[in-house]
Amino acid sequence: MTTTRPTTPARPAGPAAQRVTQARVIRSEWTKLRTQPSTAWSLLAAVALIVGVGALYSLLRVTRPPTDPAAVAGFDPTAVSLTGVQLAELAVGILGVLLVAGEYATGTIRATFAAVPRRLPVLWGKAVVVGLATLVLSLPAALAAFLVGQSILSGEGLDIALSDPGVARAVLGSALYLSAVGLLGLGLGALLRSTAAAVAVLFGVLFGPQLLAGLLPAAWSDRIYPYLPVPAGVAVTAVQPDPVFSLAPWSGFAVFCLYVAVVLALAAWRLGRRDA
Amino acid sequence: MIEAHGLTKRYGDKLAVDDLTFTVRPGMVTGFLGPNGAGKSTTMRMILGLDAPTGGSVTVNGKPYREHAAPLREVGALLDARSVHPGRSAYHHLLALAQTSGIGRSRVDEVVDAVGLGGAARKRAGGFSLGMGQRLGIAAALLGDPRTVILDEPVNGLDTEGIRWIRSLLRGLAAEGRTVFVSSHLMSEMALTAQHLIVIGRGRLIADTGMEEFIAAAAPSLVRVRSTDPAALAALLRSRDVAVSGADDGALAVSGLSTDQVGRLAGAAGITLLELTAQQASLEEAFMDLTRDAVEFRAPTTGGAQQ
Repeated sequence: MTTTRPTTPARPAGPAAQRVTQARVIRSEWTKLRTQPSTAWSLLAAVALIVGVGALYSLLRVTRPPTDPAAVAGFDPTAVSLTGVQLAELAVGILGVLLVAGEYATGTIRATFAAVPRRLPVLWGKAVVVGLATLVLSLPAALAAFLVGQSILSGEGLDIALSDPGVARAVLGSALYLSAVGLLGLGLGALLRSTAAAVAVLFGVLFGPQLLAGLLPAAWSDRIYPYLPVPAGVAVTAVQPDPVFSLAPWSGFAVFCLYVAVVLALAAWRLGRRDA
Repeated sequence: MIEAHGLTKRYGDKLAVDDLTFTVRPGMVTGFLGPNGAGKSTTMRMILGLDAPTGGSVTVNGKPYREHAAPLREVGALLDARSVHPGRSAYHHLLALAQTSGIGRSRVDEVVDAVGLGGAARKRAGGFSLGMGQRLGIAAALLGDPRTVILDEPVNGLDTEGIRWIRSLLRGLAAEGRTVFVSSHLMSEMALTAQHLIVIGRGRLIADTGMEEFIAAAAPSLVRVRSTDPAALAALLRSRDVAVSGADDGALAVSGLSTDQVGRLAGAAGITLLELTAQQASLEEAFMDLTRDAVEFRAPTTGGAQQ
């Protein structure tokens, strides 16, 4: 170590200049997000899953094209090319979990809350950077998956154009849905403070309700099913949502966002009260 | 300035901090002493608003910490050197903290240099030694050029040079008129650094006093005197207020008289002195005495592990 005497550098700026603002906390959270190794891995995994799984599934379908008229009519080329979104949601959700639960695991949260003692700006800052980073990466990824998938499907004339009704909305909706799943992970991480617990609950929320609904009498489960988190959320990713088992695209997405908002609100409520 | 009034923290049925009232003043280093589990870290977390008090209140520079608009300007704190994401570099850890208050990259570079992290700042903090972690934590505490500095066990894991550096850093910060509040279990370290002491044991305030008064009050100083005729000297000095006991090497330990008084009395009686030394009780001993009492005052009925 080289220092021998303490240097006390001149005060950098007046007290007013050092106010904590939401914009500054967002910048800080952006620095954290981009310098956390798990970010690169989970976002890379998300992009690879969106594009790779979409391409693979498109290849699979083009080797076994639908033959009978009903199957041809029901064939959804957009959904085939966007299959990877269903797997990428795990990577994105885990990214959200890690950004906050990781701070509790390492103890960084105490330094963070000492710098932002009102705490809530930290949660909103994390939400902004997770939401935007996921959106900005998954939109081009979904578009690429769509284009790659359609070019594969065109081999059998099964493709569809981006300009066809509902197609562009489904591609954009896929990115928006992933972004919302990232926020869901963030909310669960902040609420539960433990990576393992939050990831377990995230899986439970994404896959559990559909399984449980299957145990109910069909009349009930058909009614409930469209309102379950994932079935509601993926409505916006489908060109033609199922009239029975799905809500309208934007209504379904709104229902999913409501679930996310409830989790974030609970997280915010607990964040302000608990000892860090 | 840190002011605590009746500060209390209860975890379940365990009182970690029990009705603490004290003031930490600017312009000097205040040592915060107590055995492990005495409630030092809990008190510091409450000062920073990280833990909510069960009772009482604490303010920093006149306001609860949470209410400061520019918190890093008011308080810089080192609570736990391990509070860093191991995958992130020291520089980015500091940058993220700085950005919350609009503090620029040049200031981050300044504090990195000031604590001597240098090139290590760009490496992952997970590979840091405890000493480097402490330097990083101190860099974080200095970021906002704060009026109040709170450091929990800053010398932990530092080498001798690092300890000397901390000592002069703390004195320098206090000399600039800042409030410096440092916890430690190293009494000898505090003796060299702190001008004022707040001592707690089992969450309760034991002493809030100047360093010199603390030592003087805790253990009386002794005069060690060796002479050619210990028996005559002992008889001469012994009285109602003066206690004399013999040491192994024929020296006497005298309490209740100064070295001057012992020397004059011996000279008047014609006794030849071979050695005459004042023996100050060490801070370590004073501390041990005080906290031992504090432990004894409270029956150990809970018997639970501390902290």
